[in-house]
Amino acid sequence: MRLRRTCKEAAALIVAREDRALSLADRAALRLHFLACKTCPVFARQMESMRAAFARWRAAPPDVPGGGPDAR
Amino acid sequence: MSTPAAAFESQVAEARAYLLRFARLQLRNDAWAEDCVSETILAALARPQAFGNRSQLRTWLVGILKHKVQDALRARAREVVRGDGDGDDGDDGDGGEELDRLAFQPDGHFVHAPADWGNPEESLGSAQFLRVLEACVEKLPPAMGRVFLMREWLELSTDEIRNEIGITATNLFVLLHRARLRLRECLELNWLGRH
Repeated sequence: MRLRRTCKEAAALIVAREDRALSLADRAALRLHFLACKTCPVFARQMESMRAAFARWRAAPPDVPGGGPDAR
Repeated sequence: MSTPAAAFESQVAEARAYLLRFARLQLRNDAWAEDCVSETILAALARPQAFGNRSQLRTWLVGILKHKVQDALRARAREVVRGDGDGDDGDDGDGGEELDRLAFQPDGHFVHAPADWGNPEESLGSAQFLRVLEACVEKLPPAMGRVFLMREWLELSTDEIRNEIGITATNLFVLLHRARLRLRECLELNWLGRH
């Protein structure tokens, strides 16, 4: 089992886990990578922020010009 | 004085543009979107009921709309995932192209570190941010945008999406992967650029 991952590989896993469960090995490798890397945790927080933002958007979409009285 | 039934009808009719916005965003086809919204309004009018406020009514209507939109996606499955002009065959597998746009050095490190987006509870929950988010979704290529919103608006699991539109797991994950990276890039450019 290869535990060291580059940032590029870690970023791919961080995106992938939004849509599929990672293997145990991938999860372990990612956790290990986060301990050593300052950049990838920032990228991971962006993905978390996007997930949270979509939850808010679903619950309470903002009013937009053109989303009001028919703008066509 | 208008009757309760007439009031309900006019409230539902007022929501038309609002519903159309989501139908268009999800379906990327004006004719399909118009059909779904019309069906939604007809279904709503057949079940008149009282709502405390506009947002409750809208939530109820959006619930109906989501079912109509899902039916339309299922009926048009073949067209839904066609036509982005690249990656239709899933030939390059892993979303590597967008990862390259993120720019990594040969040793796999980031060239430009992703920015700290700050406190999601505050800035990222604002209506302004959500408008940027929606605009970024709108800019995704059609097939990518449809599949992505099946996940994030219809809240379907990846298995459900595969059942609905008959896409392979590989193609689905490639589209979702690309969509997420493009959105990240769009948000970083259009939201963080001005803070």
